[in-house]
Formats: sequence, structure tokens, C-alpha cells
Amino acid sequence: MSDYNFAYLDEQTKRMIRRAILKGVAVPGYQVPFASREMPMPYGWGTGGVQVTAACLTPGDTLKVIDQGADDTTNAVSIRKFFQRTAGVAVTESTAAATIIQTRHRIPETPLTEGQILVYQVPIPEPLRFLEPRETETRRMHALEDYGLMHVKLYEDIARNGAIATSYAYPVKVEGRYVMDPSPIPKFDNPKLSGSRALQVFGAGREQRIYAVPPYTDVVSLDFEDHPFEASKAPHACDLCGDDASYLDEVITDDSGGRMFVCSDTDHCAGRQAAGHRGRLSPQEDAA
Amino acid sequence: MTDTTLSPGAMAGGFADAPTQSAEGFRAILLALSRPGQIVSLTGAVPPAPMPVAAGVAALVLLDNTTPVHLAGALDCAAVRDWITFHTAAPLVCASEAVFAFGRWSDLAPVSRFAIGTPDYPDRAATLVVVTDRLDDAGATLRGPGIDGAARLSLPEIAAFRANRALFPLGFDTLLTCGDRLAGLPRSTRVEAA
Repeated sequence: MSDYNFAYLDEQTKRMIRRAILKGVAVPGYQVPFASREMPMPYGWGTGGVQVTAACLTPGDTLKVIDQGADDTTNAVSIRKFFQRTAGVAVTESTAAATIIQTRHRIPETPLTEGQILVYQVPIPEPLRFLEPRETETRRMHALEDYGLMHVKLYEDIARNGAIATSYAYPVKVEGRYVMDPSPIPKFDNPKLSGSRALQVFGAGREQRIYAVPPYTDVVSLDFEDHPFEASKAPHACDLCGDDASYLDEVITDDSGGRMFVCSDTDHCAGRQAAGHRGRLSPQEDAA
Repeated sequence: MTDTTLSPGAMAGGFADAPTQSAEGFRAILLALSRPGQIVSLTGAVPPAPMPVAAGVAALVLLDNTTPVHLAGALDCAAVRDWITFHTAAPLVCASEAVFAFGRWSDLAPVSRFAIGTPDYPDRAATLVVVTDRLDDAGATLRGPGIDGAARLSLPEIAAFRANRALFPLGFDTLLTCGDRLAGLPRSTRVEAA
């Protein structure tokens, strides 16, 4: 612990990131450029989220880190250990007990509360990037609020597939102004972006962008009147806790087509099982 | 000849534990700016008069040699200039070049002097740290991002903040300070007279 400055980064770097976060909060959905640092993990492993978390952490915080909803996967475990070691903060797997939650590709099922900060790891922050590769052009498109290309893309989805086929990183419009990439969260999570009680901050390390959605901010998923946005999920119940309203992962269990569906949010699923809920494949209380 | 002697006391009043106090100070400022109308307490720095404690903490948390600063009115005195220079190394500049500006609202006027960003880079806008005599949750009505319905905050003026909101996504951002208390008013907030 004493071998590192608090939360790893030097103070000058944290000041630079903090100023970027404040500008991001002031202009919801706008991507603020920042001088992203090399971190002791590769790009694509959450270096943007880690830098935002490092700039926000205080010694009194309780940190939760999730990867695709799970607290126990490699990325989540290593980032949690990183901050235990460099910041000495308390950690938790409980969504309700955390003050800062760093996430890769999910919003927890448990509703967030005022005072919490949700930090997203973002691979490609620019929602228009796959439609227009030039940064100069996408920047101008944001400046002019010229988002016709995004609607053409969604329309082509409908023309080819009969429905909007985008199922994750589904574009949203923040406070009626900036179109924003919510990071590759499933579109099931999109409704939770809007009016959240928690501050949401997005960090893209390789792409050197930070953006934010303050609490109680209007976030609308792009759609058409005759093809309204739909937050979809696998039409099953969790096989461990029986929840039919949570977002599910499909797990292949053998070579002959066997599969099961489990909650992607491990804290949510474990909490329900502890409360006595059982799914199709979990041992029943009386069987033990 | 430039007088290179620092004012007495310029070296005092900084953070005792910079990493921790900066982190806690930033979190309070972040809370204030993401929840307009919410008043937070900032302590830990002792800036020279007439700079309020909250403005001093904000300076230590946010300023460094990459952030040109404008000091307006009574704050543009040797004691404050030297304190800012010693603790943050921020260059002191005129209003139009400032990334941060400190002063009373009447001294910062006309606020149209400050950077509001460009359409391509709206983040390149100034942050005004305003010294006020009164800061409480009464007065103007605030609506917008970060506010659940409506909030109230005592503002030094209404018209300038309405004009600033009309520029959105351009515009300056404001931190209001009074003693050790601070409230945030980002450019995204819609202000109405009570």
C-alpha cells in the first residue's frame, strides 16, 4: 500500500481526469478527451474505467467490480485486487453496499441509489464510429447534432431483418442532445440508464474519452414510431434462482444440446437464492 | 523589476495529506456539480483572506500548471496570487484565457468574457468559482440533469445563467462558494426566478 500513491495514479494525472469528469457531468453525453495513461493492464481490460475509478475513489469508499454482471470473473477479480492493493479501500460483492461500482457491460439488477457512482468500461465510445471512421467528421456531426446516419443504420436493420437487430451498445440520446454509446451493455439495461439515482461515468482508456450521465437525466433509446425500442432478454427464467425478469446468460452444459440459463448478475442471483428462491436446476431446500 | 518575494503565509494553508484530501474534495465537488442545488462542505485548506475555504479547496483539487487561472476583484491580491502560485503553479491570466476564474459575481462580470467552448469541443469552457455572501437552498428554481424534479438555490443573478443555458452545449460552468460550503451549477441547468 505505502509503495503506491493513493489509488495508483499520480496527483497531476488524477486532477486532469477529475477536470474531464466534471466537464462530462456538465455536458451529459458529450465525450470529453483526456490524456489516458498506460495502466498496468492491457487496453481492453478496462483501463478507462480503472482511471475514472482511481480519480473518484476516497479511502472511505466501498468498491464493487463486475464483469458481465459477475463479481467472480478474471477481469473483475483483478481490478478489485488492484484497488485493494493500491488504494486500500473496502470491497464488496453486494450492489447495495457499494459506493462505487465499476462495471463491464452490465447495469446491476438491484436499483442504484443516490450517492452511488457507476463507472463503465468502454471499448469504443463513439456511437458513430462504425458508420463514419473519421474523428474529424464524427466530431462535426455531434457539433451539428447531425444524427441522420444513425437512424439510417437502424432503418437498414429493419429493412434487412424486419426489426432493429442491434442488441447491445444500443445508441441512446441524452437530454435530447448528444447521441451516446452506452458501452456494450445489453439493450435490456438501456431503460435503467434514464432517470438513474446514481451518477454514471464512462471511461474509454484506449480511445481517451470520458463521458457522463448525471442522476435524474433523460436517456432515450433511439427508435421509430412504428418500430419502438424493446428491452429484450432470453424468454426463460433463471435455472438457479427462478427469476424471470433478470438478464440471463446461456450456459452450454454438454455436447448434445444441453443448456441452462442463469442470471448474469451474480449478486442478484445469490441474493435471491439466499432468500429461498429456487430455479429449475437448483437443489430444493427439502432435498438436502 | 518583478518582486519575487512570496507573501508571508503563501506557503501555509495547503493540504496536509494531498492524495486523500484531494480525493475527498473532488468527490464533494463532483456531488455538487452532478446534483445542482445540493450544498456540500469542503474543508482542509486554509487560503488567505478574502478567499473562502471552499474556493481554496476547489483550487487545490482542480488547479495545476496546465490550468490558466483568472483572479477577479478583491481576490486579485498578492496574498491570494502567491498562495495559488505556490500551491498549484497555475498561470495567472486575463479572463478570456482562463480555464478557471475566481471572484465575486460582480467582479467576474461581464461573464461573456469567459470561454464557453467550441461546437466541436464544448469542454474547452471556463469554470467560474464564485464567492458569495449567502448560499442556501432558497431562491431560484433549478431544473435539468441531476435534479429530481426541481431544486432551489440562492443565485447572484438569474438572467446570466438563463443566457448561459441558451448556449448549451456551450457555456461556462459555475461553482458557488460561501465559507466552507459549495454548490454546483453546470451549464445544463435551467434556471427560473422563484
